[in-house]
Amino acid sequence: MRIIVLVKQVPDTTEVKLDPKTGNLIREGIESIINPDDRHALEAAISLKEKTGGKIIALSMGPPQAVDALSEAIGMGVDEGILLTDRAFAGADTWATSFTLGKAVEKIGGFDLILCGRQAIDGDTAQIGPQVADYLKIPQVTYVFEIEAVRKKSILVKRRMEDGYERIQCELPALLTVIGELNTPRYAMVGGLIDACREKAPIKLWNAADIGVQTCDVGLEGSLTHVIRTFAPKSQRQGEMIEGDAEAAAKSLIGKLKENSLI
Amino acid sequence: MTVWIEVDLCNGCQRCIKTCPYGAVELRDGKAHILDRCTSCGACLEVCKQKAIFSDMEPKVIPDFSDRKGVWVFAEQRAGKLTSVSLELLGKAQELAASLGQDVSALLLGSKVSGLAKSLINHGADRVYLAEHRALKDFRTLAYTKVIEELVARYRPNILLMGATHVGRDLAPRVSRRIGVGLTADCTELSIDPEEGILLQTRPAFGGNVMATIANRYSRPQMATVRPGVMEPRPTPGKKGRVIRHKVSLKEREIGVKVLEVVKEKKKGVNLSEAKVIVAGGRGVGNAEGFRKLEKLAAAIGGEVAGTRVAVEEGWIPPERQVGQTGQSVRPELYIACGISGAIQHRAGMMNSRYVIAINKDPRAPIFQVADWSIVGDLHDVVPEMIKELKKG
Repeated sequence: MRIIVLVKQVPDTTEVKLDPKTGNLIREGIESIINPDDRHALEAAISLKEKTGGKIIALSMGPPQAVDALSEAIGMGVDEGILLTDRAFAGADTWATSFTLGKAVEKIGGFDLILCGRQAIDGDTAQIGPQVADYLKIPQVTYVFEIEAVRKKSILVKRRMEDGYERIQCELPALLTVIGELNTPRYAMVGGLIDACREKAPIKLWNAADIGVQTCDVGLEGSLTHVIRTFAPKSQRQGEMIEGDAEAAAKSLIGKLKENSLI
Repeated sequence: MTVWIEVDLCNGCQRCIKTCPYGAVELRDGKAHILDRCTSCGACLEVCKQKAIFSDMEPKVIPDFSDRKGVWVFAEQRAGKLTSVSLELLGKAQELAASLGQDVSALLLGSKVSGLAKSLINHGADRVYLAEHRALKDFRTLAYTKVIEELVARYRPNILLMGATHVGRDLAPRVSRRIGVGLTADCTELSIDPEEGILLQTRPAFGGNVMATIANRYSRPQMATVRPGVMEPRPTPGKKGRVIRHKVSLKEREIGVKVLEVVKEKKKGVNLSEAKVIVAGGRGVGNAEGFRKLEKLAAAIGGEVAGTRVAVEEGWIPPERQVGQTGQSVRPELYIACGISGAIQHRAGMMNSRYVIAINKDPRAPIFQVADWSIVGDLHDVVPEMIKELKKG
C-alpha cells in the first residue's frame, strides 16, 4: 500500500509566550516540532506498512528548516520525504495551502491512502485534510481514532463524535485525518536519524516550478482569506485584588460571592 | 514578493512592530527594520500611518459581489435532533443580517427532518432550504457537500456559517474548496464591517496567543465555522418563515463512505457547558492529588471540576473535562481558576463566564487580567480555607 502522510512543522505552542508590553509573540528560543496530530498519522502509516508492506512518503510545506521534521519522520520509519519550499508559498491560507499540497500529491501520484493529523497546533483550523481531499476528488474521514481493517478497495475506521463514535467503511483511495487517541507514536531511531541527515538522504525539495504552479495561485497571493488585524485579547473585567493571607482572603472572597448571590 | 521599509519615511512609531503577527519587524536606531522571517503577509502595510512600508505585490481586485445576499446557517441535525450550535448561529445570523439589511436562511439536510423547520423559523430563520433524501440520513461528507454546492450555486448567498462541531469541521472545508471560497475556522466573534460591509471573522490564532480578525474579501459566500457555546440563540416565537424544498438526486457510488454503525457513548462526568459553577485547575495544581482539593471545593460549592490542557496532558484529569481552545467552551455563572496561568488557549474557552475568580502564586499571571476577583497566593492554602469558610455556611 502506498501512503502519503501530510506533515507540518510547528512551533511548540505550549511554550509560546506573549511579550507583556507589546502583546507580540516571543518566538526566540521556541522549539520546532512535528505537529502532534501528524505524529499519530506517521505512526499509523508505519504500522500499516509493517502489516501490509508498501511505501510511505511524508509530504510537508514550509521554510527550509522544516526539513528537520521530515528527517525525524524518516527516523521513525518513513521511506521518503518531500518538502515544498519556496518564498512564494509563504503566508498561505488553507485555500492556497491545500492547492499547493494537492498539486504535489498529483505529482507524486499512485497512492492508496493519505493520512494527516486532524489539525495543527499553530493554526487549529482542521481544514487542510478535507480541502486536499476535495482537490483530489477522493473521499475523506476525519477524527479517525481506530483503523479496524484495510481491504483491497476499502478501509474500515472509527470516527470520533462528540457523543460517541461512528464505524465507517470508506472506499480507497481516501484521505483520513487522525486524532491522538489512535495510537502512541514511536520515537525516531538514532540510526534512522543519522541516515536522514546524510547527504544522500531520501529527501527532495520542490519549489513552485517543480510542482507546476504559478506564484499568484499559492502563498499569500493565492489566498482567499487575509488577516486584517491581530490583537491581544482584552478584558472588560475590573479585577479586584483580594489581599490578606490565605484565611483572610478566602473569607473575604466567600463574602463577595454571597453578596453577589453566587452561593 | 517582498515587503520593505523606506527608512527616510519611517518615524519609528512601532505600529508595524505591534501588528506583525510573525514578530518579523524590529526597531533599529529608531527605525523599523524587516527581518528574514517576514512572510510578506502585508499586515504592516495597512497600519503604517507614514506610508513608509511598500510591497511589490499587485493589489488584488475585489470582484463585485453586490448580488450576493443572505446570511445562511447550516442547521446541523443528528438523528433528527438539532444541535444547539445551529440555534446559536441563527441568533448571530439575525444580528449580521440586520446590519446588512438582508435575511436569514437555514439549510436543513437529512431524512424525514421537515419537522425541524418550524424550530429553525422560531429561532430566526426567514427561510428554510429543506433537502430530504434517504442518502442524507447520516452525515456523509460527499453527499452533504453536493447538496450544499447545488444550493449555493442556485441561491447565491453572501455568508455561510456552520458550527465548529465534528460534523461542521469535516463539512465546511470540503464545501469551501468545492465552491471555491475561503474559510475561517472556529471563530469566536463575528461582525459586519460598517464601511466595507464584509464579515469580520475573529478567532484565536498563532496557538491562541493572539486574536486575529480575518476577512474574506475575494470570494462569496464568506464562510466561517463558529465555536459551539459562544454565540447566543435568540428565539423568535410566532415568526413566519418559508420552507423551500430542494430536490435531491444522489447515488450511493458517488458518496464513497458507508456509516455502518453509530454508537453513543455515555459521557463520563457532566457536560461542562451546562455547569453553573466550575472549579478549574492548571499546572499550579501540581499533581492528581492536588485535584482532590479542587474536587472538594467543587463539592462544597456545588460545581464541577475542569482543567487546562496541561492538566489533561499530565493525566491529572480526564480529557472530557478540558476547558480551552482544544477542549470545551464554557460559560458558567462562576469560574474559579486555580493555579492557571491563563494562556489565551485556555481563556478562549472560559472568557464568557459570568464571574471569574483567579488564584495564582504569580502576580503577573495573565489570568488576573480576566478575573473579577484575584487572590495572589498558593491555591493549596487558599482552597482549603475557602472550603472551611463555605462549610461554616
